[in-house]
Amino acid sequence: MAAEMEIIMEKPIKEPKILGSVIDPSLKKKPKIEVTGSKVWYGDFQAIKGIDMNIKANSVTAFIGPSGCGKSTFLRLFNRMNDYVDTFKMEGKVKIDGKNIYKKKVNVEELRKEVGMVFQKPNPFPKSIFENVAYGLKIQGIKDKKFIDERVEKALRQADLWNEVKDNLKKSGLALSGGQQQRLCIARTLAVEPSIILMDEPTSALDPISTAKIEELIFELKKKYTIVIVTHNMQQASRISDFTAFFYMGELIEFDKTKTIFTNPSKKQTENYITGRFG
Amino acid sequence: MDNAEYQREALNQSAFDMLTLCTSQLEKAIEAFISHDSDLSEEVIHRENRVNAMDIKIEKDCEKFLALFTPVAVDLRFIMAILKINSDLERIGDHAFNIATYVVEEEKAIPAHLFEAVEFDKMHETTKSMMDNITVAFEEKDVKMARKVFKKDKVLDKINIKSFNILEMEIQKDQSIIKEALFLFSVIKKMERVGDLIKNVAEEIIFYTDAEILKHKRKK
Repeated sequence: MAAEMEIIMEKPIKEPKILGSVIDPSLKKKPKIEVTGSKVWYGDFQAIKGIDMNIKANSVTAFIGPSGCGKSTFLRLFNRMNDYVDTFKMEGKVKIDGKNIYKKKVNVEELRKEVGMVFQKPNPFPKSIFENVAYGLKIQGIKDKKFIDERVEKALRQADLWNEVKDNLKKSGLALSGGQQQRLCIARTLAVEPSIILMDEPTSALDPISTAKIEELIFELKKKYTIVIVTHNMQQASRISDFTAFFYMGELIEFDKTKTIFTNPSKKQTENYITGRFG
Repeated sequence: MDNAEYQREALNQSAFDMLTLCTSQLEKAIEAFISHDSDLSEEVIHRENRVNAMDIKIEKDCEKFLALFTPVAVDLRFIMAILKINSDLERIGDHAFNIATYVVEEEKAIPAHLFEAVEFDKMHETTKSMMDNITVAFEEKDVKMARKVFKKDKVLDKINIKSFNILEMEIQKDQSIIKEALFLFSVIKKMERVGDLIKNVAEEIIFYTDAEILKHKRKK
C-alpha cells in the first residue's frame, strides 16, 4: 500500500481538463460561479495550481480531498475570505453571476451579503438567539423592527430551528446544543438573504442526529440557494451533493456528477481516495 | 493490508472457492448422468449442503462488508458483483443437485444413441469450457475471457431448441424410451439454464471490472 501511495504522489496530473469532461452540459450554460485559471499562493507555497470550475445555480457541490489539498482555500475564494491572509496572492478570475469579484471596485461587504458562509465549529455571538440572527441586518443599518422580526422568523424557519426556539428568542445563542448552534449560524447566514452559501465542514463537530438535520436542511435550501460544501465525510458528499470535485495537491483531479464520482470515477486517484486507499 | 482490503480479499477467495465447488458439482453431476453412476451422484447430493452453507456465508460476509465499510466505486461494484455471482453459482449448484437426484432415483440409464442424437457431448463440452472461461475471468479479472461465454451460450441454446423435435422423433421410433427421453429433455433444459447463469456470472465480472452493465443490452 505504501508503495502504491508513493506512486500516486509522484505523479499528480499536471493540467486536468475538467470542463470538457463534465457530462452535464448545464454546467457550461450560465453558471452561478465561474472560476477560470485560478492560482493561489501563500507566500512561496502554491496552494491552488490553476483550477477552472463552473458551479451551477441551485445545486449542491461538494469539495473533497485530503487535508491540505486546497479545497478550503478554493472555497474561500468565492467570498474573498483568503484576503485576510497577509501572504495571500491570487491569479485568475472568479465570477459570480458573470461579475468578477476580484475587481478593485468590488465592495467585499456587499459580496459577503451575497455569499454567506458557515464554518466547521458553530460560532454564535455571545448574544441572544434573536440578536444573532438579526446581527447581519442591523449592521446593514436596517432599523425597521417589523422587517427585522419577519426576517429573523423566516431565517429560523428556513434553518428548521424556529419550533425549537420560538418561545426563547432572548436566550443566549451559546446556551443551545452544538447542532442547534450550527443551525443558528445557518439562520444568521440566511437572514441577509444571500444567493450562495459556502459551508466548510459544517457537520464535523456534530453528532449523527444533528448532522442528519443539517443535511436535510441543505437538501431543502438548495431549492433557493447555491450551496458549496467542503467535507471530509465521503458518505455526506454522496448523500447530499449533486456534483463532487476531488482536489489533490492544489489541483482539481476530477469534477463530475456525484453519482458518477461515487460509482465509476474516471480517475484512478479519485477512486483510490473515495475507497480509502490513500489520503 | 488494511482491514477493508483484508475482508475484500477474503470475500474474493470465498467466491472463488464457491465457483470451484459449483464447477466440480456440475461436472460430476453431468458425468454421473452420462455414465449413470449413482455413487458419483450421491457424492454430488452429499456436497449440496456445502454449496448452501457457502452461499449463506458469502451473503452474510457481503452484508457485513456493506454495513461496516460502506463501499463506493470499485468496492461497491465488487460487492454487488459477488452477491449476484454467489446467487447464480448457488443456482448452478441446485441444477447439479437435481441432475444427480435423477440418476439416483432412476434405475435405467439413458440409451447412448439418445445422447448422440441430441449432441449431448457437445453440450457437456461447451458448458465445461464456459465454466473454465469464467473461472479464469474471475481469478484474473479478465474481461476478454468473460466475453467468450456469450458466443458459447448460443451453442447451448441451439442444442436445446433442436432437442425437442429430435427426441420426439426418437420416441416415435421406439416408445419404450419415453421416460428416458423425457429425463434427457429435462436435463438439457437445465443445462441451457446453467448456460444462462454462467452468462450472468460473466456479465457481473465485466460489470465489476469495467463498470459496464451488459444485462438486457446484448444483441441476440
